[in-house]
Amino acid sequence: MTIGRGTRLALTVAAAAILAFVYLPIALIVVYAFNSGTTPSWPPVGFTLHWFEEAIRNTGLQQAFLTSMAAALAATIIALVLGTLASLAVSRYRFFGRDAISLIVIFPIALPGIVTGMALSSTFSQVGIPLGFLTIIIGHATFCIVLVYNNAIARLRQTSATFEEASADLGADSWTTFRYITFPNLRSALLAGALLAFALSFDEVIVTIFTAGGVKTLPIWIFQSFRLANQVPVVNVAGLFAILLSVIPVYVATRITSSTGVAGSRV
Amino acid sequence: MTSITNDLPPPPRGLLRRLAGWLHRRPSVRLGGLLAGPVGWLVIVYLGSLAIMLLNAFWTRDAFSGQTIYVPTLKNFEDLINGPYPGITLRTVALAAAVTVTCGLLALPIGYFMARIASPRLRNALVVAVIVPLWASYLIKVYSWRLILAEEGILNWALAPLGLKGPGFGDVAVWLVFTYIWLPYMILPVYAGFERIPESLLEASSDLGGRSWTTFRRILLPLVFPAMVAGSIFTFSLTLGDYIAPATVSTTIFIGNSIFANFGAGNFPLAAALSLVPLVIVLIYLLIARRLGAFNAL
Repeated sequence: MTIGRGTRLALTVAAAAILAFVYLPIALIVVYAFNSGTTPSWPPVGFTLHWFEEAIRNTGLQQAFLTSMAAALAATIIALVLGTLASLAVSRYRFFGRDAISLIVIFPIALPGIVTGMALSSTFSQVGIPLGFLTIIIGHATFCIVLVYNNAIARLRQTSATFEEASADLGADSWTTFRYITFPNLRSALLAGALLAFALSFDEVIVTIFTAGGVKTLPIWIFQSFRLANQVPVVNVAGLFAILLSVIPVYVATRITSSTGVAGSRV
Repeated sequence: MTSITNDLPPPPRGLLRRLAGWLHRRPSVRLGGLLAGPVGWLVIVYLGSLAIMLLNAFWTRDAFSGQTIYVPTLKNFEDLINGPYPGITLRTVALAAAVTVTCGLLALPIGYFMARIASPRLRNALVVAVIVPLWASYLIKVYSWRLILAEEGILNWALAPLGLKGPGFGDVAVWLVFTYIWLPYMILPVYAGFERIPESLLEASSDLGGRSWTTFRRILLPLVFPAMVAGSIFTFSLTLGDYIAPATVSTTIFIGNSIFANFGAGNFPLAAALSLVPLVIVLIYLLIARRLGAFNAL
Protein backbone atom coordinates (compact mmCIF):
# COMPACT_ATOMS: atom_id res chain seq x y z
CA MET A 1 0.00 0.00 0.00
CA THR A 2 1.33 3.40 -0.82
CA ILE A 3 0.62 5.68 2.06
CA GLY A 4 0.99 9.42 1.73
CA ARG A 5 3.96 11.22 3.16
CA GLY A 6 1.71 13.00 5.64
CA THR A 7 0.21 9.74 6.94
CA ARG A 8 3.66 8.22 7.19
CA LEU A 9 4.94 11.14 9.21
CA ALA A 10 1.86 11.11 11.45
CA LEU A 11 2.31 7.38 12.14
CA THR A 12 6.00 7.86 12.90
CA VAL A 13 5.24 10.66 15.34
CA ALA A 14 2.44 8.61 16.96
CA ALA A 15 4.72 5.58 17.34
CA ALA A 16 7.45 7.72 18.91
CA ALA A 17 4.95 9.35 21.27
CA ILE A 18 3.55 5.96 22.38
CA LEU A 19 7.05 4.64 22.97
CA ALA A 20 7.82 7.73 25.05
CA PHE A 21 4.61 7.12 27.01
CA VAL A 22 5.83 3.57 27.72
CA TYR A 23 9.30 4.62 28.85
CA LEU A 24 8.86 7.92 30.68
CA PRO A 25 7.36 6.49 33.90
CA ILE A 26 10.21 3.98 34.12
CA ALA A 27 12.81 6.69 33.48
CA LEU A 28 11.16 8.78 36.18
CA ILE A 29 11.92 6.14 38.83
CA VAL A 30 15.58 6.15 37.80
CA VAL A 31 15.68 9.96 38.19
CA TYR A 32 13.94 9.89 41.57
CA ALA A 33 16.38 7.28 42.92
CA PHE A 34 19.11 9.96 42.66
CA ASN A 35 16.93 12.85 43.87
CA SER A 36 18.12 14.48 47.08
CA GLY A 37 14.57 15.62 47.89
CA THR A 38 12.32 13.41 50.01
CA THR A 39 8.97 14.08 48.34
CA PRO A 40 7.66 13.30 44.85
CA SER A 41 7.70 17.00 43.98
CA TRP A 42 9.03 17.85 40.54
CA PRO A 43 11.59 19.05 39.46
CA PRO A 44 14.17 17.13 41.56
CA VAL A 45 16.01 19.20 44.13
CA GLY A 46 19.50 17.87 43.56
CA PHE A 47 21.65 14.82 42.95
CA THR A 48 22.60 12.38 45.70
CA LEU A 49 23.72 8.79 46.23
CA HIS A 50 22.67 8.98 49.85
CA TRP A 51 19.49 6.91 49.37
CA PHE A 52 21.52 4.03 47.96
CA GLU A 53 23.50 3.91 51.19
CA GLU A 54 20.28 4.12 53.15
CA ALA A 55 18.68 1.36 51.05
CA ILE A 56 21.66 -0.97 51.45
CA ARG A 57 21.64 -0.43 55.22
CA ASN A 58 17.86 -1.01 55.51
CA THR A 59 17.58 -4.48 57.03
CA GLY A 60 13.91 -4.93 56.08
CA LEU A 61 14.73 -4.20 52.47
CA GLN A 62 17.78 -6.49 52.56
CA GLN A 63 15.73 -9.33 53.96
CA ALA A 64 12.97 -8.80 51.39
CA PHE A 65 15.48 -8.71 48.56
CA LEU A 66 17.11 -11.98 49.65
CA THR A 67 13.72 -13.65 50.13
CA SER A 68 12.71 -12.64 46.59
CA MET A 69 15.97 -13.93 45.15
CA ALA A 70 15.65 -17.27 46.93
CA ALA A 71 11.99 -17.71 46.05
CA ALA A 72 12.61 -16.80 42.41
CA LEU A 73 15.52 -19.24 42.16
CA ALA A 74 13.55 -22.10 43.71
CA ALA A 75 10.45 -21.41 41.60
CA THR A 76 12.62 -21.20 38.47
CA ILE A 77 14.24 -24.58 39.16
CA ILE A 78 10.86 -26.28 39.66
CA ALA A 79 9.45 -24.59 36.55
CA LEU A 80 12.53 -25.61 34.58
CA VAL A 81 12.12 -29.30 35.42
CA LEU A 82 8.34 -29.45 34.99
CA GLY A 83 8.26 -27.22 31.91
CA THR A 84 10.95 -29.26 30.15
CA LEU A 85 9.26 -32.59 30.92
CA ALA A 86 5.91 -31.31 29.65
CA SER A 87 7.43 -29.88 26.48
CA LEU A 88 9.21 -33.17 25.70
CA ALA A 89 6.00 -35.12 26.19
CA VAL A 90 3.88 -32.81 24.02
CA SER A 91 6.42 -32.42 21.21
CA ARG A 92 7.62 -36.01 20.92
CA TYR A 93 4.53 -38.09 21.68
CA ARG A 94 0.95 -38.27 20.52
CA PHE A 95 -1.55 -39.03 23.23
CA PHE A 96 -5.06 -38.37 24.36
CA GLY A 97 -5.39 -34.92 25.93
CA ARG A 98 -2.27 -33.47 24.35
CA ASP A 99 -3.97 -30.20 23.43
CA ALA A 100 -5.36 -29.93 26.94
CA ILE A 101 -1.80 -29.76 28.31
CA SER A 102 -0.95 -26.63 26.34
CA LEU A 103 -4.11 -25.09 27.76
CA ILE A 104 -3.67 -26.11 31.39
CA VAL A 105 -0.08 -24.85 31.36
CA ILE A 106 -1.25 -21.39 30.27
CA PHE A 107 -4.16 -21.20 32.72
CA PRO A 108 -2.28 -20.02 35.82
CA ILE A 109 -0.91 -17.02 33.94
CA ALA A 110 -3.93 -16.22 31.76
CA LEU A 111 -6.47 -16.10 34.58
CA PRO A 112 -6.39 -13.02 36.80
CA GLY A 113 -3.69 -13.31 39.48
CA ILE A 114 -6.23 -12.78 42.21
CA VAL A 115 -8.08 -15.96 41.20
CA THR A 116 -4.87 -17.98 41.32
CA GLY A 117 -3.91 -16.37 44.61
CA MET A 118 -7.27 -16.93 46.22
CA ALA A 119 -7.46 -20.53 44.98
CA LEU A 120 -4.01 -21.42 46.30
CA SER A 121 -4.64 -19.66 49.57
CA SER A 122 -7.96 -21.49 50.08
CA THR A 123 -6.22 -24.78 49.42
CA PHE A 124 -3.26 -24.17 51.71
CA SER A 125 -5.54 -23.28 54.60
CA GLN A 126 -7.82 -26.25 53.84
CA VAL A 127 -4.97 -28.74 53.65
CA GLY A 128 -3.22 -27.16 56.63
CA ILE A 129 -0.01 -25.94 55.00
CA PRO A 130 1.02 -22.75 56.82
CA LEU A 131 1.51 -19.76 54.53
CA GLY A 132 5.12 -18.69 54.15
CA PHE A 133 8.23 -19.07 52.05
CA LEU A 134 7.30 -22.56 50.84
CA THR A 135 3.82 -21.57 49.69
CA ILE A 136 5.24 -18.56 47.82
CA ILE A 137 7.51 -20.92 45.89
CA ILE A 138 4.65 -23.31 45.10
CA GLY A 139 2.54 -20.42 43.79
CA HIS A 140 5.33 -18.91 41.71
CA ALA A 141 6.42 -22.24 40.23
CA THR A 142 2.84 -22.86 39.09
CA PHE A 143 2.66 -19.80 36.86
CA CYS A 144 6.32 -19.97 35.77
CA ILE A 145 6.01 -23.43 34.15
CA VAL A 146 4.45 -21.91 31.03
CA LEU A 147 7.48 -19.69 30.36
CA VAL A 148 9.89 -22.61 30.23
CA TYR A 149 7.36 -24.77 28.42
CA ASN A 150 6.71 -22.22 25.65
CA ASN A 151 10.36 -21.59 24.96
CA ALA A 152 11.28 -25.28 25.04
CA ILE A 153 8.41 -26.41 22.85
CA ALA A 154 9.13 -23.74 20.24
CA ARG A 155 12.68 -25.04 20.00
CA LEU A 156 11.60 -28.69 19.91
CA ARG A 157 9.16 -27.95 17.10
CA GLN A 158 11.95 -26.37 15.08
CA THR A 159 14.16 -29.44 15.33
CA SER A 160 12.97 -32.76 14.08
CA ALA A 161 12.91 -35.88 16.21
CA THR A 162 15.04 -37.65 13.61
CA PHE A 163 18.23 -36.53 15.37
CA GLU A 164 17.12 -38.39 18.46
CA GLU A 165 16.17 -41.43 16.38
CA ALA A 166 19.56 -41.35 14.68
CA SER A 167 21.22 -41.22 18.06
CA ALA A 168 19.25 -44.26 19.18
CA ASP A 169 20.09 -46.10 15.96
CA LEU A 170 23.77 -45.49 16.67
CA GLY A 171 23.36 -47.29 19.95
CA ALA A 172 22.84 -44.45 22.41
CA ASP A 173 20.34 -45.11 25.16
CA SER A 174 17.72 -42.56 26.31
CA TRP A 175 20.06 -40.84 28.80
CA THR A 176 22.91 -40.50 26.33
CA THR A 177 20.56 -39.17 23.68
CA PHE A 178 19.15 -36.62 26.08
CA ARG A 179 22.58 -35.58 27.25
CA TYR A 180 24.24 -35.27 23.86
CA ILE A 181 21.37 -34.46 21.48
CA THR A 182 18.19 -33.17 23.12
CA PHE A 183 19.70 -31.09 25.90
CA PRO A 184 22.35 -29.21 23.87
CA ASN A 185 19.65 -28.36 21.35
CA LEU A 186 17.36 -27.09 24.10
CA ARG A 187 19.96 -25.35 26.22
CA SER A 188 19.54 -21.75 25.09
CA ALA A 189 15.75 -22.03 24.98
CA LEU A 190 15.77 -23.35 28.54
CA LEU A 191 18.06 -20.54 29.64
CA ALA A 192 15.69 -17.99 28.09
CA GLY A 193 12.70 -19.63 29.75
CA ALA A 194 14.51 -19.74 33.09
CA LEU A 195 15.44 -16.05 32.87
CA LEU A 196 11.84 -15.11 32.14
CA ALA A 197 10.58 -17.33 34.95
CA PHE A 198 13.05 -15.69 37.33
CA ALA A 199 12.00 -12.20 36.24
CA LEU A 200 8.30 -12.98 36.58
CA SER A 201 8.70 -14.59 39.99
CA PHE A 202 10.94 -11.79 41.27
CA ASP A 203 8.33 -9.25 40.22
CA GLU A 204 5.07 -10.98 41.13
CA VAL A 205 2.94 -9.36 43.78
CA ILE A 206 -0.74 -10.40 43.72
CA VAL A 207 -0.39 -14.19 44.06
CA THR A 208 2.45 -13.55 46.49
CA ILE A 209 0.32 -11.44 48.83
CA PHE A 210 -2.25 -14.24 49.02
CA THR A 211 0.32 -16.96 49.71
CA ALA A 212 3.02 -15.18 51.74
CA GLY A 213 1.57 -15.18 55.24
CA GLY A 214 3.92 -12.79 57.03
CA VAL A 215 6.92 -13.29 54.73
CA LYS A 216 7.96 -10.21 52.75
CA THR A 217 9.27 -10.39 49.22
CA LEU A 218 10.73 -7.29 47.58
CA PRO A 219 7.45 -6.34 45.85
CA ILE A 220 5.54 -6.80 49.12
CA TRP A 221 8.09 -4.66 50.97
CA ILE A 222 7.78 -1.96 48.32
CA PHE A 223 3.98 -2.14 48.34
CA GLN A 224 3.84 -1.74 52.11
CA SER A 225 6.48 0.97 52.20
CA PHE A 226 5.40 3.37 49.53
CA ARG A 227 2.53 4.69 51.60
CA LEU A 228 4.94 5.74 54.32
CA ALA A 229 6.11 9.28 53.51
CA ASN A 230 9.50 8.86 55.20
CA GLN A 231 10.27 5.77 53.14
CA VAL A 232 9.73 7.35 49.70
CA PRO A 233 13.41 7.90 48.79
CA VAL A 234 14.39 4.35 49.80
CA VAL A 235 11.43 2.95 47.88
CA ASN A 236 12.67 4.80 44.79
CA VAL A 237 16.05 3.08 45.09
CA ALA A 238 14.40 -0.29 45.72
CA GLY A 239 12.28 0.39 42.64
CA LEU A 240 15.39 0.93 40.56
CA PHE A 241 16.73 -2.45 41.73
CA ALA A 242 13.39 -4.12 41.02
CA ILE A 243 13.33 -2.71 37.49
CA LEU A 244 16.90 -3.77 36.76
CA LEU A 245 16.35 -7.29 38.09
CA SER A 246 13.28 -7.80 35.94
CA VAL A 247 14.54 -6.00 32.83
CA ILE A 248 18.07 -7.42 32.56
CA PRO A 249 17.08 -11.14 32.54
CA VAL A 250 14.34 -10.39 30.02
CA TYR A 251 16.66 -8.42 27.76
CA VAL A 252 19.17 -11.28 27.82
CA ALA A 253 16.37 -13.78 27.12
CA THR A 254 15.20 -11.83 24.06
CA ARG A 255 18.79 -11.75 22.76
CA ILE A 256 19.28 -15.49 23.24
CA THR A 257 16.12 -16.44 21.40
CA SER A 258 16.02 -13.66 18.82
CA SER A 259 15.86 -16.31 16.09
CA THR A 260 12.67 -17.91 17.38
CA GLY A 261 11.23 -14.72 18.81
CA VAL A 262 9.25 -16.52 21.49
CA ALA A 263 10.79 -15.17 24.63
CA GLY A 264 9.00 -11.92 25.12
CA SER A 265 5.39 -12.75 24.58
CA ARG A 266 4.38 -13.74 28.04
CA VAL A 267 1.97 -16.43 26.97
CA MET B 1 32.26 -40.22 10.66
CA THR B 2 33.71 -42.62 13.18
CA SER B 3 35.82 -39.83 14.70
CA ILE B 4 32.62 -38.15 15.92
CA THR B 5 31.34 -41.18 17.75
CA ASN B 6 34.78 -41.77 19.21
CA ASP B 7 34.50 -38.44 21.06
CA LEU B 8 31.56 -39.74 23.03
CA PRO B 9 32.13 -41.93 26.06
CA PRO B 10 30.91 -45.51 25.73
CA PRO B 11 27.34 -45.89 26.92
CA PRO B 12 27.18 -46.72 30.61
CA ARG B 13 26.81 -50.38 31.44
CA GLY B 14 24.77 -51.85 34.20
CA LEU B 15 21.55 -50.87 35.84
CA LEU B 16 21.06 -47.46 34.19
CA ARG B 17 21.64 -48.93 30.77
CA ARG B 18 19.23 -51.76 31.43
CA LEU B 19 16.63 -49.30 32.69
CA ALA B 20 17.13 -47.20 29.55
CA GLY B 21 16.61 -50.24 27.40
CA TRP B 22 13.54 -51.26 29.33
CA LEU B 23 12.12 -47.76 28.95
CA HIS B 24 12.97 -47.69 25.27
CA ARG B 25 10.73 -50.69 24.66
CA ARG B 26 7.86 -49.08 26.57
CA PRO B 27 6.97 -45.66 25.10
CA SER B 28 3.87 -45.39 27.26
CA VAL B 29 5.92 -45.71 30.44
CA ARG B 30 8.34 -43.10 29.09
CA LEU B 31 5.45 -40.78 28.31
CA GLY B 32 3.98 -41.40 31.74
CA GLY B 33 7.29 -40.53 33.34
CA LEU B 34 7.49 -37.28 31.42
CA LEU B 35 3.93 -36.28 32.18
CA ALA B 36 3.64 -37.37 35.80
CA GLY B 37 5.51 -34.38 37.23
CA PRO B 38 4.09 -31.46 35.25
CA VAL B 39 0.54 -32.78 34.89
CA GLY B 40 0.51 -33.93 38.49
CA TRP B 41 1.60 -30.49 39.66
CA LEU B 42 -0.81 -28.55 37.48
CA VAL B 43 -3.78 -30.79 38.13
CA ILE B 44 -3.22 -31.23 41.85
CA VAL B 45 -1.83 -27.81 42.78
CA TYR B 46 -3.69 -25.67 40.29
CA LEU B 47 -6.93 -27.29 39.18
CA GLY B 48 -7.26 -28.84 42.62
CA SER B 49 -6.96 -25.40 44.16
CA LEU B 50 -9.60 -23.98 41.86
CA ALA B 51 -11.89 -26.84 42.86
CA ILE B 52 -11.28 -26.25 46.55
CA MET B 53 -11.94 -22.54 46.06
CA LEU B 54 -15.23 -23.40 44.37
CA LEU B 55 -16.07 -25.65 47.30
CA ASN B 56 -15.11 -22.92 49.77
CA ALA B 57 -17.63 -20.60 48.15
CA PHE B 58 -20.41 -22.80 49.59
CA TRP B 59 -19.23 -22.54 53.20
CA THR B 60 -20.02 -19.59 55.43
CA ARG B 61 -18.23 -17.79 58.20
CA ASP B 62 -19.69 -17.52 61.65
CA ALA B 63 -19.96 -13.77 62.27
CA PHE B 64 -19.15 -14.10 65.99
CA SER B 65 -16.47 -16.75 66.23
CA GLY B 66 -14.92 -16.08 62.81
CA GLN B 67 -14.85 -19.85 62.27
CA THR B 68 -15.74 -21.34 58.92
CA ILE B 69 -18.97 -23.35 59.04
CA TYR B 70 -18.67 -26.37 56.80
CA VAL B 71 -22.33 -26.63 55.89
CA PRO B 72 -23.03 -25.95 52.24
CA THR B 73 -25.28 -22.97 51.64
CA LEU B 74 -25.92 -20.52 48.85
CA LYS B 75 -25.62 -17.56 51.20
CA ASN B 76 -22.43 -16.21 49.59
CA PHE B 77 -24.06 -16.29 46.19
CA GLU B 78 -27.09 -14.44 47.56
CA ASP B 79 -24.66 -11.81 48.85
CA LEU B 80 -23.12 -11.62 45.41
CA ILE B 81 -26.49 -10.82 43.89
CA ASN B 82 -27.93 -8.59 46.58
CA GLY B 83 -25.01 -6.72 48.10
CA PRO B 84 -22.99 -3.92 46.54
CA TYR B 85 -21.31 -6.51 44.34
CA PRO B 86 -23.38 -6.29 41.14
CA GLY B 87 -22.50 -2.59 40.95
CA ILE B 88 -18.82 -3.30 41.68
CA THR B 89 -18.75 -6.05 39.05
CA LEU B 90 -20.34 -3.79 36.45
CA ARG B 91 -17.87 -1.01 37.25
CA THR B 92 -14.94 -3.41 36.95
CA VAL B 93 -16.13 -4.80 33.61
CA ALA B 94 -16.66 -1.25 32.31
CA LEU B 95 -13.13 -0.31 33.41
CA ALA B 96 -11.64 -3.42 31.78
CA ALA B 97 -13.54 -2.63 28.57
CA ALA B 98 -12.40 1.00 28.58
CA VAL B 99 -8.79 -0.02 29.16
CA THR B 100 -9.01 -2.64 26.40
CA VAL B 101 -10.44 -0.19 23.85
CA THR B 102 -7.82 2.45 24.70
CA CYS B 103 -4.99 -0.06 24.43
CA GLY B 104 -6.39 -1.24 21.09
CA LEU B 105 -6.51 2.30 19.71
CA LEU B 106 -2.97 3.07 20.89
CA ALA B 107 -1.59 -0.21 19.58
CA LEU B 108 -2.81 0.39 16.00
CA PRO B 109 -0.46 3.22 14.97
CA ILE B 110 2.64 1.83 16.68
CA GLY B 111 1.89 -1.74 15.56
CA TYR B 112 1.44 -0.54 11.99
CA PHE B 113 4.61 1.51 12.15
CA MET B 114 6.63 -1.43 13.47
CA ALA B 115 5.31 -3.92 10.93
CA ARG B 116 5.12 -1.83 7.76
CA ILE B 117 7.12 1.37 8.01
CA ALA B 118 10.17 0.62 10.16
CA SER B 119 13.24 -0.94 8.53
CA PRO B 120 13.92 -4.56 9.57
CA ARG B 121 16.69 -3.40 11.93
CA LEU B 122 14.51 -0.78 13.58
CA ARG B 123 11.63 -3.26 13.71
CA ASN B 124 13.66 -5.78 15.70
CA ALA B 125 14.88 -3.06 18.03
CA LEU B 126 11.31 -1.87 18.54
CA VAL B 127 10.06 -5.38 19.36
CA VAL B 128 12.65 -5.60 22.12
CA ALA B 129 11.79 -2.04 23.16
CA VAL B 130 8.16 -3.08 23.65
CA ILE B 131 8.92 -6.44 25.29
CA VAL B 132 11.31 -5.12 27.94
CA PRO B 133 8.92 -2.65 29.64
CA LEU B 134 6.21 -5.33 29.54
CA TRP B 135 8.33 -7.22 32.05
CA ALA B 136 9.71 -4.27 33.99
CA SER B 137 8.57 -4.47 37.59
CA TYR B 138 4.78 -4.22 37.57
CA LEU B 139 4.59 -2.69 41.01
CA ILE B 140 7.15 -0.01 40.24
CA LYS B 141 5.24 1.00 37.13
CA VAL B 142 2.12 1.47 39.24
CA TYR B 143 4.12 3.30 41.91
CA SER B 144 5.64 5.58 39.29
CA TRP B 145 2.16 6.85 38.41
CA ARG B 146 1.64 7.73 42.05
CA LEU B 147 4.64 10.03 41.69
CA ILE B 148 3.48 11.35 38.30
CA LEU B 149 -0.06 12.12 39.39
CA ALA B 150 0.83 13.54 42.80
CA GLU B 151 -0.34 17.11 43.46
CA GLU B 152 3.22 18.46 43.19
CA GLY B 153 4.24 15.77 40.67
CA ILE B 154 5.63 16.00 37.16
CA LEU B 155 2.30 15.99 35.32
CA ASN B 156 0.88 19.03 37.06
CA TRP B 157 4.27 20.73 36.67
CA ALA B 158 4.25 20.04 32.91
CA LEU B 159 0.64 21.14 32.46
CA ALA B 160 0.89 24.26 34.63
CA PRO B 161 2.28 26.53 31.85
CA LEU B 162 -0.77 25.61 29.76
CA GLY B 163 -3.06 26.52 32.63
CA LEU B 164 -4.15 22.87 32.93
CA LYS B 165 -4.12 20.32 35.70
CA GLY B 166 -3.67 16.54 35.70
CA PRO B 167 -6.51 14.21 36.69
CA GLY B 168 -5.01 13.59 40.14
CA PHE B 169 -5.91 10.37 41.96
CA GLY B 170 -9.25 8.77 41.12
CA ASP B 171 -11.06 6.77 38.45
CA VAL B 172 -9.33 8.51 35.52
CA ALA B 173 -5.99 7.70 37.12
CA VAL B 174 -6.96 4.00 37.39
CA TRP B 175 -7.91 3.92 33.71
CA LEU B 176 -4.66 5.67 32.78
CA VAL B 177 -2.46 3.35 34.87
CA PHE B 178 -4.09 0.16 33.57
CA THR B 179 -3.84 1.40 29.99
CA TYR B 180 -0.18 2.15 30.58
CA ILE B 181 0.63 -1.18 32.18
CA TRP B 182 -1.13 -3.51 29.76
CA LEU B 183 -0.38 -1.59 26.54
CA PRO B 184 2.66 -3.70 25.54
CA TYR B 185 0.46 -6.84 25.79
CA MET B 186 -1.72 -5.33 23.05
CA ILE B 187 1.08 -3.88 20.90
CA LEU B 188 2.86 -7.23 20.40
CA PRO B 189 -0.05 -9.22 18.90
CA VAL B 190 -1.26 -6.21 16.86
CA TYR B 191 2.22 -5.76 15.42
CA ALA B 192 2.37 -9.48 14.59
CA GLY B 193 -1.10 -9.23 13.04
CA PHE B 194 -0.07 -6.37 10.75
CA GLU B 195 3.10 -8.19 9.79
CA ARG B 196 1.17 -11.26 8.66
CA ILE B 197 -0.98 -9.35 6.13
CA PRO B 198 0.41 -9.96 2.64
CA GLU B 199 1.42 -6.84 0.73
CA SER B 200 -0.45 -8.14 -2.34
CA LEU B 201 -3.81 -7.62 -0.63
CA LEU B 202 -3.02 -3.98 -0.07
CA GLU B 203 -1.82 -3.57 -3.65
CA ALA B 204 -4.99 -5.20 -4.91
CA SER B 205 -7.02 -2.76 -2.85
CA SER B 206 -5.21 0.24 -4.24
CA ASP B 207 -5.40 -1.18 -7.81
CA LEU B 208 -9.13 -1.34 -7.35
CA GLY B 209 -9.15 2.31 -6.41
CA GLY B 210 -9.10 2.02 -2.63
CA ARG B 211 -7.56 5.07 -1.00
CA SER B 212 -5.34 4.69 2.09
CA TRP B 213 -8.23 5.21 4.47
CA THR B 214 -10.54 2.84 2.61
CA THR B 215 -7.81 0.19 2.50
CA PHE B 216 -7.21 0.62 6.20
CA ARG B 217 -10.88 0.41 7.11
CA ARG B 218 -11.89 -2.40 4.75
CA ILE B 219 -8.74 -4.52 4.46
CA LEU B 220 -6.26 -3.87 7.27
CA LEU B 221 -8.63 -3.41 10.18
CA PRO B 222 -10.71 -6.58 9.60
CA LEU B 223 -7.53 -8.60 9.12
CA VAL B 224 -5.82 -7.27 12.23
CA PHE B 225 -8.97 -7.53 14.36
CA PRO B 226 -8.35 -11.12 15.58
CA ALA B 227 -4.91 -10.00 16.75
CA MET B 228 -6.53 -7.16 18.68
CA VAL B 229 -8.91 -9.64 20.29
CA ALA B 230 -5.89 -11.78 21.20
CA GLY B 231 -4.27 -8.78 22.88
CA SER B 232 -7.54 -7.89 24.57
CA ILE B 233 -7.53 -11.20 26.41
CA PHE B 234 -4.65 -9.83 28.49
CA THR B 235 -5.77 -6.23 28.81
CA PHE B 236 -9.26 -7.40 29.83
CA SER B 237 -8.38 -10.35 32.02
CA LEU B 238 -5.53 -8.64 33.84
CA THR B 239 -7.55 -5.51 34.56
CA LEU B 240 -10.45 -7.57 35.83
CA GLY B 241 -8.59 -9.14 38.73
CA ASP B 242 -6.14 -6.40 39.64
CA TYR B 243 -6.54 -4.52 42.88
CA ILE B 244 -3.04 -3.10 43.36
CA ALA B 245 -3.37 -0.28 40.84
CA PRO B 246 -6.82 0.92 42.03
CA ALA B 247 -5.63 0.78 45.64
CA THR B 248 -2.56 2.82 44.73
CA VAL B 249 -4.05 5.68 42.70
CA SER B 250 -7.68 5.82 43.84
CA THR B 251 -10.10 4.87 46.58
CA THR B 252 -12.60 3.25 44.23
CA ILE B 253 -13.54 -0.36 44.99
CA PHE B 254 -13.28 -2.85 42.15
CA ILE B 255 -13.93 -6.57 42.28
CA GLY B 256 -10.30 -7.32 43.10
CA ASN B 257 -10.40 -4.90 46.02
CA SER B 258 -13.52 -6.60 47.40
CA ILE B 259 -11.91 -10.02 47.17
CA PHE B 260 -8.80 -8.78 48.92
CA ALA B 261 -10.79 -6.94 51.60
CA ASN B 262 -12.78 -10.08 52.45
CA PHE B 263 -9.64 -12.20 52.35
CA GLY B 264 -7.91 -9.74 54.69
CA ALA B 265 -10.91 -9.73 57.02
CA GLY B 266 -10.76 -13.52 57.23
CA ASN B 267 -14.01 -14.13 55.37
CA PHE B 268 -12.52 -16.72 53.05
CA PRO B 269 -15.83 -18.22 51.89
CA LEU B 270 -17.14 -14.89 50.61
CA ALA B 271 -13.73 -14.04 49.09
CA ALA B 272 -13.78 -17.41 47.31
CA ALA B 273 -17.30 -16.81 46.00
CA LEU B 274 -16.26 -13.35 44.80
CA SER B 275 -13.21 -14.82 43.03
CA LEU B 276 -15.56 -16.88 40.91
CA VAL B 277 -16.91 -13.65 39.37
CA PRO B 278 -13.72 -12.65 37.47
CA LEU B 279 -13.07 -16.33 36.77
CA VAL B 280 -16.45 -16.83 35.08
CA ILE B 281 -16.24 -13.51 33.22
CA VAL B 282 -12.78 -14.34 31.88
CA LEU B 283 -13.88 -17.83 30.81
CA ILE B 284 -16.85 -16.31 28.94
CA TYR B 285 -14.51 -13.75 27.40
CA LEU B 286 -12.13 -16.51 26.28
CA LEU B 287 -15.01 -18.34 24.60
CA ILE B 288 -16.02 -15.18 22.73
CA ALA B 289 -12.39 -14.48 21.82
CA ARG B 290 -12.06 -17.97 20.39
CA ARG B 291 -15.11 -17.46 18.19
CA LEU B 292 -13.55 -14.23 16.92
CA GLY B 293 -10.44 -16.13 15.87
CA ALA B 294 -8.14 -14.75 18.55
CA PHE B 295 -6.39 -18.03 19.28
CA ASN B 296 -5.17 -18.37 15.73
CA ALA B 297 -3.68 -14.89 16.03
CA LEU B 298 -1.67 -15.62 19.17
